[in-house]
Amino acid sequence: MLKITDLSARVAGKDILKGVNLEVRAGEVHAIMGPNGSGKSTLAQVLAGREDYEVTGGTVTFEGRDLLALPAEERARAGLFLGFQYPVEIPGVNNVYLLKAALNAKRKAAGEPEVDAYEFLTLIRQKMKLMHMSDSFLTRGVNEGFSGGEKKRNEVLQMLVLEPKLAILDETDSGLDIDALKVVSAGVNSLRHPERAVVLVTHYQRLLDYIVPDQVHVLSGGRILKSGDSSLAQELERRGYDWVLESQVA
Amino acid sequence: MSSKPQDVEALLAQKYRHGFITDIESDSLPPGLDEGVVAAISRKKHEPQFLLDWRLKAFRHWQTMLEPTWAHVHYKPIDYQDISYYSAPRAPANAPKSLDEVDPKLLATYAKLGIPLHERARLAGVAVDAVFDSVSVATTFKEKLGKAGVIFCSFSDAVRDHPQLVERYLGTVVPPGDNFFAALNSAVFSDGSFVYVPPGVRCPMELSTYFRINAAKTGQFERTLIIAAEGASVSYLEGCTAPMRDENQLHAAVVELVALDNAQIKYSTVQNWYPGDENGLGGIYNFVTKRGECRGRDSKISWTQVETGSAITWKYPSCILRGENSIGEFYSVAVANNYQQADTGTKMVHIGRNTKSTIVSKGISAGHAENTYRGLVKILPSAAGARNFTQCDSLLMGPKCAAHTFPYMEVKNPTATVEHEASTSKIGEDQLFYCLQRGISAEDAVNMIVSGFCKVVFKELPMEFAVEAQNLLSVSLEGAVG
Repeated sequence: MLKITDLSARVAGKDILKGVNLEVRAGEVHAIMGPNGSGKSTLAQVLAGREDYEVTGGTVTFEGRDLLALPAEERARAGLFLGFQYPVEIPGVNNVYLLKAALNAKRKAAGEPEVDAYEFLTLIRQKMKLMHMSDSFLTRGVNEGFSGGEKKRNEVLQMLVLEPKLAILDETDSGLDIDALKVVSAGVNSLRHPERAVVLVTHYQRLLDYIVPDQVHVLSGGRILKSGDSSLAQELERRGYDWVLESQVA
Repeated sequence: MSSKPQDVEALLAQKYRHGFITDIESDSLPPGLDEGVVAAISRKKHEPQFLLDWRLKAFRHWQTMLEPTWAHVHYKPIDYQDISYYSAPRAPANAPKSLDEVDPKLLATYAKLGIPLHERARLAGVAVDAVFDSVSVATTFKEKLGKAGVIFCSFSDAVRDHPQLVERYLGTVVPPGDNFFAALNSAVFSDGSFVYVPPGVRCPMELSTYFRINAAKTGQFERTLIIAAEGASVSYLEGCTAPMRDENQLHAAVVELVALDNAQIKYSTVQNWYPGDENGLGGIYNFVTKRGECRGRDSKISWTQVETGSAITWKYPSCILRGENSIGEFYSVAVANNYQQADTGTKMVHIGRNTKSTIVSKGISAGHAENTYRGLVKILPSAAGARNFTQCDSLLMGPKCAAHTFPYMEVKNPTATVEHEASTSKIGEDQLFYCLQRGISAEDAVNMIVSGFCKVVFKELPMEFAVEAQNLLSVSLEGAVG
């Protein structure tokens, strides 16, 4: 589904990604871990098509298409979703209005008719229930005055409504208490499907107790230094990152 | 990629949709201004002596005044002798008696602007006075309004049919010598709208005036006077457009509102004068004096404006809160794109006890535009218990525009409460990217973000205008992300 080959990228004149290789197949869940400043968020933003992140080398294909040639909105419509680490507030813009516009943009791109208002409300209420969100989310502005945890839940809610083929979740677990973590994990797990894939960017192993990944990668210094199954995450939790970095030097 | 600034800027080739010229024979005065011209305007309109005297007094005063320079706007000096002060579409005989006698070209012009003047094709529940260059060409629903006792007519008709009302109220809120442009208007104003709502009457429909400048080298100097008597209420809307011309045209209007005891006036403007092209050539100079006086106790005047047009906007709709417990409100969205300059805001003058005012100003700047909020909250010693709340927010789109805020406050009564909040934000790359990542196009995303920013003002507009305002805003800012 997603194939990243030798991807390099620069942010504000600084090389951050220095040759990332990664392949994600349909049905898989991958976790990308690594110390602060290793390039995890940069990778997520580059894949989503952020303009000020300059790709300096390599290729990325998404379902056989050249992902890097597509503008951000077309990547989204093709089924790539980014759950933001810091979801932005858009004052005065209704949360549901944005979500409906997003869904309709996707449907339009797929040649489908716009969603019926009643149908949409039924769908969103059902997903909100799953995410333990109160009805007040329907009337509030996008992330306006949301707590950190509410923002993250809102990201997952959007993901559930948009049903992306590939969801990249950038530290969706950070700032969540244990109950919220369970809710968010249940939401992500509900999306698991043989035709979908999930990439989790995270610092902590605890998320992976709830969403068990097929593969775990350690990203450091702009490269993937080590890959393994879910036991790698546990080892990282126990031993930290230093041994991975050292084994690389040696 | 459609989200790249340069491509978005290509979209910025914004089309002004009302820029056509109506080819109609006009009866115009040659350019130039002296006492003879002032007298000629008065004579053309068969005005009573008191009005001619009033005009001449204003003209003499104007000659002693200097053009104000304190506003944060820049333009080449205006040659007041190079402007024609009167232009009227030539009617076959005398003034048309009914819409059927109005020149079809004029009706077509308004239809093209989306303002049907035929009552059968009317805007639901809105009575319209259409002002073309210097004169009013038609007023709809006069009869229906007449049954309720409401007078809604062109200013010229008011002078002819209700001279005592005009004489009693004209210039009592904006005196002829108030400022340079108001004095000029007082000397040469040609037409405008007049509204009188008698005691205890709620005006049964929205009233609206649609101003259109057509003739070249012509200034438009209209005068609007609205009086809501004791316990009366009225909602009035104003819309404006002009053809695209390379030279600048002057528009210097005066609007006066008078609210007596328990009366309410809601005045809404959607201003879309031609703003000039993307290089700053042409456009309307909009130098307008708008002021309302809450003369009676428990009265209320509310200004709502959406300013998207004009090369230069110089405009401060204000409230004199004289009556006890009276309320003044100002809700504004001012958009400046390309080389537009807007210096706008309000004045709230608290004179009576327990008077209240609210100011909400939203300024949006894009391109090379300069957008200034200028406001005065003045609380006089007599205004015990007065309260004001002011909120000024600015939104910047792109790196070359600017926003300025000049809030002045003079508080002379210690029991008054004055609150001020201000913010400036850039249309976030983050907000834009967030929307793009959800599959929403850059254009839709900007519209969404800007509408969200303006929401509190839009909800003050009457329904028909809220939709128009929203559309205007998206046209004005098409692709203005950089």
